[in-house]
Amino acid sequence: MAVAELGETVSELRQAYESGRTRSLAWRQAQLRGLLRLLKEQQETAFEALHEDLGKHRAEAYRDEVGLLMKSANVALRQLGKWMTPEKVWVPLVAFPATGQIVPEPLGVILIFACWNVPLGLSLEPLIGAIAAGNAVALKPSELSPCTAKFLAENVGKYMDAAAVKVVQGGPEVGEQLMEHRWDKVLFTGSPRVGRAVMAAASKHLTPVALELGGKCPCIFDMMSSARELQIAVNRIVGAKWSCCAGQACLAIDYLLVEERYLPVLLKVLKSTMKRFFSDADAMARIVNARHFQRLSNLLKDKEVAPSILHGGSMDAENLYIEPTILLNPPLDSAIMTEEIFGPLLPIITLKKIEDSIAFVRTMPKPLALYAFTGDAKLRRRIVEETSSGSVTFNDAVVQYAIDALPFGGVGQSGSGQYHGKYSFEMFSHKKAVMKRGYLIELTLRYPPWNERKIALMRHLYRFDYFGFVLCFLGLRR
Amino acid sequence: MAAEVARELRASFAAGRTRPVEWRAAQLRALVRMIEEKEGDISAALHADLAKPHMESYLHEISLAKASCTFALKGMKSWTKPEKVPAAITTFPSTAQIVSEPLGVVLVISAWNYPFLLSIDPVIGAIAAGNAVVLKPSEIAPATSSLFAKLLPEYVDNSCIKVVEGGVEETTALLEQKWDKIFYTGSGTVARVVMAAAAKHLTPVALELGGKCPVIVDSNVDLHVAIKRIAVGGFLKRVIERFYGEDPLQSADLSRIVNSKHFNRLTSLVEEKKVADKIVYGGQTDEKQLKIAPTVLVDVPLDTALMTAEIFGPYLPIITVEKIEESIDFINSKTKPLAAYLFTKNKKLQDDFVANVPAGGMLVNDVALHLANPHLPFGGVGESGMGSYHGKFSFDCFTHKKAVLIRGFGGEATARYPPYTTEKQKILRGLINGSFIALILALLGFPKEKR
Repeated sequence: MAVAELGETVSELRQAYESGRTRSLAWRQAQLRGLLRLLKEQQETAFEALHEDLGKHRAEAYRDEVGLLMKSANVALRQLGKWMTPEKVWVPLVAFPATGQIVPEPLGVILIFACWNVPLGLSLEPLIGAIAAGNAVALKPSELSPCTAKFLAENVGKYMDAAAVKVVQGGPEVGEQLMEHRWDKVLFTGSPRVGRAVMAAASKHLTPVALELGGKCPCIFDMMSSARELQIAVNRIVGAKWSCCAGQACLAIDYLLVEERYLPVLLKVLKSTMKRFFSDADAMARIVNARHFQRLSNLLKDKEVAPSILHGGSMDAENLYIEPTILLNPPLDSAIMTEEIFGPLLPIITLKKIEDSIAFVRTMPKPLALYAFTGDAKLRRRIVEETSSGSVTFNDAVVQYAIDALPFGGVGQSGSGQYHGKYSFEMFSHKKAVMKRGYLIELTLRYPPWNERKIALMRHLYRFDYFGFVLCFLGLRR
Repeated sequence: MAAEVARELRASFAAGRTRPVEWRAAQLRALVRMIEEKEGDISAALHADLAKPHMESYLHEISLAKASCTFALKGMKSWTKPEKVPAAITTFPSTAQIVSEPLGVVLVISAWNYPFLLSIDPVIGAIAAGNAVVLKPSEIAPATSSLFAKLLPEYVDNSCIKVVEGGVEETTALLEQKWDKIFYTGSGTVARVVMAAAAKHLTPVALELGGKCPVIVDSNVDLHVAIKRIAVGGFLKRVIERFYGEDPLQSADLSRIVNSKHFNRLTSLVEEKKVADKIVYGGQTDEKQLKIAPTVLVDVPLDTALMTAEIFGPYLPIITVEKIEESIDFINSKTKPLAAYLFTKNKKLQDDFVANVPAGGMLVNDVALHLANPHLPFGGVGESGMGSYHGKFSFDCFTHKKAVLIRGFGGEATARYPPYTTEKQKILRGLINGSFIALILALLGFPKEKR
């Protein structure tokens, strides 16, 4: 998109917002209903786009993107009235008569950058929040998922208010140009490197940002108490690693920590489960493009790392396919253990005691999610209290994403700001404090000229010591 | 030195010193003691920095700081408790909660106009939330800055709560370190520098800035504009005289301008003839004392510096409008202010004002009081800032709300996993849509796997 065109798009959005059309409950509901219709009527096309871009199976596409979006839009529709209602707050007696409330208002014009790995979900989930909050929105899908970007560009304007909700296509240059403008908030999902650039650009306009970044999400694997539980746990781990966009997910398990004596048992079940789940070639997504394929292949080809490949490792550059791969104890300073993997490679690190995993995790930057499979309540409590991450999930992985009541977002290097459910609405709202007073009672002691008596009276009031205040006022106490 | 401070605080935080609620409460109680025992010293410092009258210091800074501590002490137990939230049918059986954890090591950079309150209030929030904190008070209020440097170590845990004094150089050095949050109160210009520095480390920021906070005064009377103007001006004159006497520059209750740089900035705002001509009351200055009398102007041309930049001084320009409703469009033509005020009995105007004027906060029929209510979030929007604090909002400002989900092995929905058969997809759809039946089917192990 040309620079001038971009400028026009931005000012159209600003005009649409200033006109007030996005404020009413009716408008917001209409957009959400439009979105639901889009997802229902264009579902097949959406699946095709996701399959084109990432080789995603339609079941994965529904489970992780389309299905969740429909759920979120429905939740927003149901709750919107409640979210928009001002919240009454308590006002101290000294201010009587007065009322206090917190009034949510839209921020204005929002810019959403989506990542390529969950291209529909990461565009439309924040969009639901921004619209529910009454904003005008510009969506910039990733150029690395071009079919989905095109799908959005072709359909969003048709099903929603094209004057106030726009899709902007293009690569990093377009992203940079967009950031030259002032927005009322920017949500960016992607890598920490680009996150820094987005925040730096935003600082010029004092635009608040929310950053959804990634990190190395660890999985702490403790002794399971039965074969059944072990199988279920492994199902969940295998699902969370390889059936989520072939591990190209911010929430995917990055690496696993397990006690060394338990390793053989775990490996056996891991391998059999992987075989069962991925016997079909189309069961796993492919690597998004040649650049990422090369990056992942370099991680494996690293001289220090290659010997630790325990299972898998085969790669098909033409089809951008990498076999689900397990590594055992690669060097901790290798790239595969310092960078976010974002691919179908699972390093397993063995420890003497499972409790050592806490100290291990603390040496790494705070991840978006931390997973632990354990029945030990004490270990669970220690993990929650002694580690920090966007979220913690016990005995499962990734599913926390589907729970609306839980805020979704990172901390530290994994980002700032949270959304999903009501948090989406709040992310794109300003909570305005509003206090109203009457003229019935006027405390002249607030004003100069001041004297010791006024100070004494104020002291009582500030302690909410009304009795003392009255005594003092009547001259019966200093 | 900045790196030293950051390193030491990080070590203290990693050691877990700031986490126990007892530690946090002890620090806050110590701060209450400090405020009570050293009220005289605090007041003296504020007087040295700004000629702030003792009562104003008490009313607007000291008492509010103490109230902030006691509010946090009362609330901390419930604020630090995890919040249970409903999990979904999709993940049945499971329990979900939100756990509040400290961000880690935070930097608070404060301003010079309320140098005591604006330093200690964010620090109170940081401590209540369990963080280690370094305070950088404004060097433009040097007496208050050195008071903090002297007093805080006497009362609180110095390994976790530190004061670093200094100007641009020291602040820049601090901004190069990695913090878990930066809380800045001050101007939009410096805020941009703070946010850009924070971006390098992906550090979230809270920025409490300013803006031109408007007051709309409705007359509820159908009078010619000229008469309205005089009426308002007339009322103002009487009140100003009542507060400060006939010669306000001599009043002990009038604070001074903080330094000669700002004194010169302010006096130059009214130098131009087209501005000076609009003064209807006041205008006296005393350069030796750095005092400027309360000054009222009417209908100053809108393209002057006085009318475009934030004044931050004792000048009150009054703009008259034909219809009071025009004032809303006027306010919205400028950047969003930290606060907006309206005096009126007209309910419709009140509703219009609240619905259509974006601002950090608003007050109807009073000014500034809302900042004293700990149940209201205090913070800006747009150019006036981002983030809010006061009361529980201070605690939240320095907290990470960690989502915690605990699942069992009771319900295993094989429909989630590949290979994705048609039956599985049906059940999956149901599960995601919260269908109870789908849940039952999934729990019963449908579809049955062919081995």
